Amino acid sequence: MPQISITVNGKVRKARVEPRLLLVHFLREQLLLTGTHVGCDTSQCGACTVLIDGRSAKSCTIFAVQASGSKVTTIEGLATDGALHPLQEGFWEEHGLQCGYCTPGMILSAVNLLKDTPRPTERQIREGIAGNFCRCTGYQHIVNAIQHAAKKGLPKRAKRARRTPKAAASAATGGR
Amino acid sequence: MYPAEFEYFSPATVNEALDLLARHGDDAKILAGGQSLLPMMKLRIASPRYLVDVNGIEALAGLRREGDRLVIGALCRHADIAASSLVREHLPIMWDAANLTADVQVRNRGTVAGSLAHADPAGDWPAALLALDTMVTIAGPDGIRTTPLGEFIVDAYTTQLGASEMVTDVSVGIPPEPNGGAYVKFEKRAGDFAVASVGVQIELDEHEHCRSVAITLGALGPTPLRAGSAEALLRGSALLRGSSVAGSASDSAPDSALNGASAERLVEAERLVRDAADPFADTRGSVAYKRHLAGVLFRRAFAVALDRAHGRTVATLHP
Repeated sequence: MPQISITVNGKVRKARVEPRLLLVHFLREQLLLTGTHVGCDTSQCGACTVLIDGRSAKSCTIFAVQASGSKVTTIEGLATDGALHPLQEGFWEEHGLQCGYCTPGMILSAVNLLKDTPRPTERQIREGIAGNFCRCTGYQHIVNAIQHAAKKGLPKRAKRARRTPKAAASAATGGR
Repeated sequence: MYPAEFEYFSPATVNEALDLLARHGDDAKILAGGQSLLPMMKLRIASPRYLVDVNGIEALAGLRREGDRLVIGALCRHADIAASSLVREHLPIMWDAANLTADVQVRNRGTVAGSLAHADPAGDWPAALLALDTMVTIAGPDGIRTTPLGEFIVDAYTTQLGASEMVTDVSVGIPPEPNGGAYVKFEKRAGDFAVASVGVQIELDEHEHCRSVAITLGALGPTPLRAGSAEALLRGSALLRGSSVAGSASDSAPDSALNGASAERLVEAERLVRDAADPFADTRGSVAYKRHLAGVLFRRAFAVALDRAHGRTVATLHP
């Protein structure tokens, strides 16, 4: 079995894996980072979205072995020193989630969007999250949440704006 | 869902990859972006015993200009095309296709060359690139050969690529100015495959007559199609002189700005485009519906391509 080495949320993680192991299963089942969700498992819904070397990707559609040598960011890696990332804060403030299942993937897609387009129009936001399905909200509050974050800007390190209540952290990571 | 077991290789050079293909041939698949291959493997539609991951081959990366051609390395992602100012300025038809392919996450990984090699009848790149002077470079045991895109794709999901061959790059001629192109796609939901799509690439001469025009149809046949008789009708015509169809990416606008003869010619071209379509009925629509769409999308793409040929910046996304 190939040896892989992936930097996940800043930590180097090494393992021997079967080549057919998908990245999402490596994250969830071997590293126990269960904030990354499996939704459709057919590369459509975007619940499994993570950042690979800073770009959003569907972790159900890449083998773990392909990510070897890369930096992967999951929802667990966004908050800094207990302070929510501006996008997590946006989803908290603007009620950008109901069941929370799509939220981790939605937030990581939004990180990718704001990196390319720091001040997106509403249409650019809707196009930027077109690869993420939400079956609860109707999207409007998600758009508001991303606008909230865009107004604050994406700092290198999130401002220590508010202490994370446990509930907020749980909601913003999907808590699953 | 887990794919069937396979042996994984990650060659560092094209020659290493070719050696692996020579050894494993029909049982091997090349893995580039993987955005079509992995879903197929997970559904066990594809179960290759050997996977040759070419992502580590540096020579296949990148997007560069070589003289009057744009060379797209086999690892060039849809997102690289969408981010290229060269593409946006000189080949807007490609910019349209890059931004209409699937969604952001898929565009970050999927490759242009892979899309051509996969040859999905509803894929965006085959239809968009057929409207341009596109050549596919193929490496194999006997060396390098190049083939025009129109000959490369021979049927649905079928190319002339041999089991021990691989695509190393795709090159596109940068058309002389003034020219304009557009790719328009109709999808049932965001990020879906096309119900139908149309590409139009126009070059104008010094009198602003139509020097050449290419009209291509996607998801309207087993392979991307050229609407040859519609092209012949428009080629050399004064249709374009003085026309102004600004902001006309809709069904109703273009005619009023064109003179009567030109409008008639365009109506006839639209009929020929509908005739050129050879769609099949599926969950996305009936034959009659798709044929109708071919005409509508042709009008939209033509209007935008013409605007662009006249130097106007027009978007086609989500008409």
